[in-house]
Amino acid sequence: MSTQSKFEARTVTALVEDRPGVLARIAGLCRRRGLNIASLAVGRSENPGLSRLTFVLEGPPSVVDQCAAQLERLVNVIEAHDITNMNHIWRELALVKVKTTAETRVEVLELSRVFRANIIDIGANSVTLELTGGREKIDSLITLLDRFGIIEVMRTGRVAVLRGTLFEGEEDGQFQANRNWANGVPHEYHITPGVSGSV
Amino acid sequence: MGKTLTGGDIVCEALLNEGVDIVFGLPGGAILPLYGVLGRYPELRHVLVRHEQGAAHAADGYARASGKVGVAFATSGPGATNLITGLATAMMDSVPIVAITGQVGRAAIGTDAFQETDITGATLPVTKHNYLITRVEDVGATVHEAFHIARTGRPGPVLIDIPKDVMQEVGTYDYERDSQINLPGYRIPTAAPDEQIDAAVKLINEAERPVFLAGHGVIISRAFDELKELAEKAQIPVVTTLLGISGFPENHPLHVGFPGMHGEAYASLALDDSDLIIAAGSRFDDRIVGNVNEFATRSKKIHIDIDPAEIGKAVPVDAAVVGNLKHVLAQMIPKANRGSRPEWIRHVEQLKSDHPSLHIPETGNLSGQHVVRGLSNVTKGNAIICTGVGQHQMWAAQHYRFTEPNSWLCSGGLGTMGYEVPSAIGAQLALPESLVWSICGDGGFQMTMMELATAVENRLPVKYAILNNNHLGMITQWQELFYMGDTQADAYTANPDFVKLADAFGMKGMRVDDIDDVESAIEEANAHPGPVIVDFVIEKVEHVYPMIPAGGSIKDLMEDTRV
Ligand SMILES: Cc1cc2nc3c(=O)[nH]c(=O)nc-3n(C[C@H](O)[C@H](O)[C@H](O)COP(=O)(O)OP(=O)(O)OC[C@H]3O[C@@H](n4cnc5c(N)ncnc54)[C@H](O)[C@@H]3O)c2cc1C
Ligand SMILES: Cc1ncc(C[n+]2csc(CCOP(=O)(O)OP(=O)(O)O)c2C)c(N)n1
Ligand SMILES: [Mg+2]
Repeated sequence: MSTQSKFEARTVTALVEDRPGVLARIAGLCRRRGLNIASLAVGRSENPGLSRLTFVLEGPPSVVDQCAAQLERLVNVIEAHDITNMNHIWRELALVKVKTTAETRVEVLELSRVFRANIIDIGANSVTLELTGGREKIDSLITLLDRFGIIEVMRTGRVAVLRGTLFEGEEDGQFQANRNWANGVPHEYHITPGVSGSV
Repeated sequence: MGKTLTGGDIVCEALLNEGVDIVFGLPGGAILPLYGVLGRYPELRHVLVRHEQGAAHAADGYARASGKVGVAFATSGPGATNLITGLATAMMDSVPIVAITGQVGRAAIGTDAFQETDITGATLPVTKHNYLITRVEDVGATVHEAFHIARTGRPGPVLIDIPKDVMQEVGTYDYERDSQINLPGYRIPTAAPDEQIDAAVKLINEAERPVFLAGHGVIISRAFDELKELAEKAQIPVVTTLLGISGFPENHPLHVGFPGMHGEAYASLALDDSDLIIAAGSRFDDRIVGNVNEFATRSKKIHIDIDPAEIGKAVPVDAAVVGNLKHVLAQMIPKANRGSRPEWIRHVEQLKSDHPSLHIPETGNLSGQHVVRGLSNVTKGNAIICTGVGQHQMWAAQHYRFTEPNSWLCSGGLGTMGYEVPSAIGAQLALPESLVWSICGDGGFQMTMMELATAVENRLPVKYAILNNNHLGMITQWQELFYMGDTQADAYTANPDFVKLADAFGMKGMRVDDIDDVESAIEEANAHPGPVIVDFVIEKVEHVYPMIPAGGSIKDLMEDTRV
């Protein structure tokens, strides 16, 4: 029996202890649940000794949400949330090294200006651009640059934070949240467990 | 005030401070610096096993029986990998164990050194948490943290890997300092928020046909009295899971049985007929749920669990209560209405008489059910029962009448054959005054029977009842029912003579093949001061009924047509 829902890209953020082995535990859990880690960004947080992670997990939403709960079960994970349906902002950074010739260079520079990308390196036969933004923006710049010949693309993966509240008394990002354990688990978090069928 | 000690000494001192009195283990090069100092700590009794899997299962049996943390020692490489089955068994069933393994010296780690295994890597998915210690200063704090994690919240196994040179190095141990726990990401639920309690109690008060699905969490949290009080007050029949057995007395009028694949038909039917299932410390295992779309479709579900990740994992729920069951039930008792549900209770009684799942079909030959019935009669439900995995386990669960809290030990989640021999050793050491009977399969018994030597060596009067069908019986059953009956690979044609084997190990051995001799043999075994094997020669091919096939539903219920 397969899970009932379709695969989706979900954004999960986590606050974890900054210790060796923590990422292996997290990755191991995602692997066990059959979730693909499409992107991953890790860095120190505002709290000493703690890191923040943003990862994009591809899988059925109910499994991703469950995986977030299982991540919280890890001793070194302080919190983990599937924030896809919460009000959040996210960015990605890409470095794109593209082939240029005397004829194409101007065109590449013009494109980068339109996309508000920074030129961070110019070589004899190449230009390297730095672009920040959502995935679509980065994808379209890469598509447009393709015909010049892309030498290398390096993307950081998504980093995300919840938006600040619009109204007094609400928690950040919570006004669109769909997950509220306090009132029980809504029926959409319902997956068909794999029946092992073994003795 | 800190003490200056070697890493090995720090381990021992910290174990003593954790209240450890017994460790199960087997030495090897990498853990010798720890074994070398063990003699200085006579209060730490070391039980030498014959195989490290036995150490892990014995620690597990000790932990289940005592409620304390079980401890196992093993050396690096093969010693450590031999623990893995035992750790996985404990992980699945939430059993607190601390395993300490020796590791090659720090400089050699990662170089494919002799007997080097990345045991923290290998045990990541089968431990609640694990550690590789790299500084002697961390030894004391890590041991205390490991015990804290193993025993609190949802219990589980924790492994500590200690390089040989860390055990030899000298550092300081300061109990006051090292027992401070600082785990920002680790929460231990106790009482549940009032909103959750109120929402759940509202459902209970409104229900006409409520039923408890009481699980292993009842035993883990020792919530026996609270469960009984709430069940009696609100008049709620109690179905237990396989691991919830002995969480509620089986001679209580509200006791129903266990549901699922091999549970009593009336217990599964009671779940199906209910309008509210209160899962209390049970995780809706797939052996109970089967096809989730057809599971108890007319009932609402309350799920009480200490682990938020369990809630909504297997079945959708209408009210989630996250907390320690003992607290949660105590919170619910005053709020639950005094119930009176005579019709529903009568209905459940009617299910019991319509479906005599415990009736033993008489063929004239000795069967596993007879043996368990005999054990139950002779011991009056007062023994500690361990089992292996297979048909004998199911017959034990069905036919033994458990009246004492926490008197049932088996591997439920992992289904580990071989659990029966060492777990009983651990249980007997935890409860020296108790009568411990292990109901064994001839298959499982042969997986760990080398530990009989451990029982004899430690003068443990464990009684082993082998339900000897000369088969991997449960496999034969599946072959016959679902795989066109090819049973050539699950029949034993050359089992050892278990009575002679008993003799070889220096224990008493008996053989019984007649129904009439069962109870007298059990009495004789009970009267014998040392360990005993009783080889019960039972019907070779016999199926366990009732049965709901894997992934099935109540509609697929198969009952014994002979009863
Ligand atoms: C051959 C075979 C056949 C089987 N057939 C059946 C069958 O027919 N029926 C059946 O029921 N089982 C059967 N099983 C067992 C089954 O696989 C599961 O092991 C069992 O159903 C799990 O029971 P459980 O959920 O009560 O215990 P566990 O799996 O131990 O789960 C305990 C739950 O309680 C929670 N908990 C722990 N401590 C606390 C606390 N302090 N407060 C609150 N919650 C807590 C845990 O988080 C966990 O969710 C079979 C096993 C084998 C090997
Ligand atoms: C270690 C292990 N290997 C294989 C299995 C699969 N298995 C489940 S029950 C069973 C048969 C057990 O035979 P036995 O111990 O004789 O018990 P019986 O069913 O005959 O009572 C087997 C092989 C298992 N559960 N554990
Ligand atoms: Mg057998």
